[in-house]
Amino acid sequence: MLKVRVIPCLDVKDGRVVKGVKFVDLRDAGDPVEAARAYDAAGADELTFLDITASHEDRGTILDVVRRTAEQCFMPLTVGGGVRTVDDVRTLLHAGADKVSINTAAVNRRAFVGEAAEKFGEQCIVVAIDAKKVSAPGESDRWEIFTHGGRKPTGIDAIQYAREVVDLGAGEILLTSMDRDGTGIGFDTALTRAVSDAVHVPVIASGGVGTLDHLVDGIREGGASAVLAASIFHFGTFTIGEAKACLAAAGLPVRLD
Amino acid sequence: MTVAIVDYGSGNLHSAAKAMERAAADAGTTARVVVTSDPDVVRAADRVLLPGVGAFADCRRGLDAVPGMVAALEEVVHGKGRPFLGICVGLQLLAETGLEHGETAGLGWIKGVVDRIEPSDPTLKIPHMGWNTLSLDRPHALLEGIPTGDQGLNAYFVHSYHMQLADPADRVATTDYGGTVTAVVARGNVAGTQFHPEKSQKLGLALLANFLKWRP
Repeated sequence: MLKVRVIPCLDVKDGRVVKGVKFVDLRDAGDPVEAARAYDAAGADELTFLDITASHEDRGTILDVVRRTAEQCFMPLTVGGGVRTVDDVRTLLHAGADKVSINTAAVNRRAFVGEAAEKFGEQCIVVAIDAKKVSAPGESDRWEIFTHGGRKPTGIDAIQYAREVVDLGAGEILLTSMDRDGTGIGFDTALTRAVSDAVHVPVIASGGVGTLDHLVDGIREGGASAVLAASIFHFGTFTIGEAKACLAAAGLPVRLD
Repeated sequence: MTVAIVDYGSGNLHSAAKAMERAAADAGTTARVVVTSDPDVVRAADRVLLPGVGAFADCRRGLDAVPGMVAALEEVVHGKGRPFLGICVGLQLLAETGLEHGETAGLGWIKGVVDRIEPSDPTLKIPHMGWNTLSLDRPHALLEGIPTGDQGLNAYFVHSYHMQLADPADRVATTDYGGTVTAVVARGNVAGTQFHPEKSQKLGLALLANFLKWRP
């Protein structure tokens, strides 16, 4: 049986792991390669690197981080941040990434998703969606896409956008709630469920994990195939093993080898 | 022993090479792992690995675009009988035909067609992405000492297509995803895994170590 995945996410800025609240107030959380090695040993199902400054700064450092991580970690790596061209995708895959996450470039030009999927296969093209709830209390739920690390609204409906990028060839959706990111109050499971029900590809729930029960909620209520978290793992609140034990106790299939 | 990893502009060659080196070290064997697009190096190799990340048609084009590579593979695999392992699309390319992005001819070393997986449960997501266990059809040297079945080790899959074999005897292991999905194939000295051993931690490193010891 396919297992639900637990994915620690390393937000990397200038070659260091950082973590903030709602994408600001960044705290240093260590060397990414060291962190990757520790998560590999702890049984993480995948690892995600997001080069969170790459939309507007030099991105050479992430290639080196990916290369050094791939040398030591025999689990899948997803890398995102500043991916704009088919060549960017190729460069990251050749550095050792297994999947490449596209965010802003897909919002700006949807066709890029199709070009990348045709070249490298749908299975390695992840579209990262950063969404914020824009409906007023009492209205039916509506979420909008934000880009540039959550700084720029686009007016694009998140659910509709998810359908579009999947039709173009996205093999997975990394869905982050901007409202919840770094808050520790739990996933926006209504958002996760809405996207998960709208597309046929796996959805990774992200943004807001504070307790292990939140991980269960992301799968059960949100319908996600995988759960991604940063702070709870980086700052040692919980281990990967504890996260998996909690999911297993809730009756969800997890990998323990 | 030289292990050639075929570089045809597709695939996570770096990961495959590092995993192979680690597996060799774990197994106490000395293997020289070379990532190469040189047909002569492939022809002279003791073992050959064909990785694959990408779409079937694009991978096939990439392989054909390296002058002399298909002929070198035919020679080393069929002429010299050296052990060969295809990974993911590297396995799929062994088939006669692939149906991803149109119909494309494969190498035809193992009879079958690469078609989209269609789980019986329509709520199951495609790609089949993540960790899953193996169910053994028959024992094979590549899986020796690796626990299979529901309680066995997990392998990392990420694919939307799989090989449907014309001859069930070529099937070594399957995985379950709303139906039976081909996971490991083998015929003589040619083998392939749909999952990524280079990304499958314990199971993967054990399988790669077995590949280095395999005497078909």
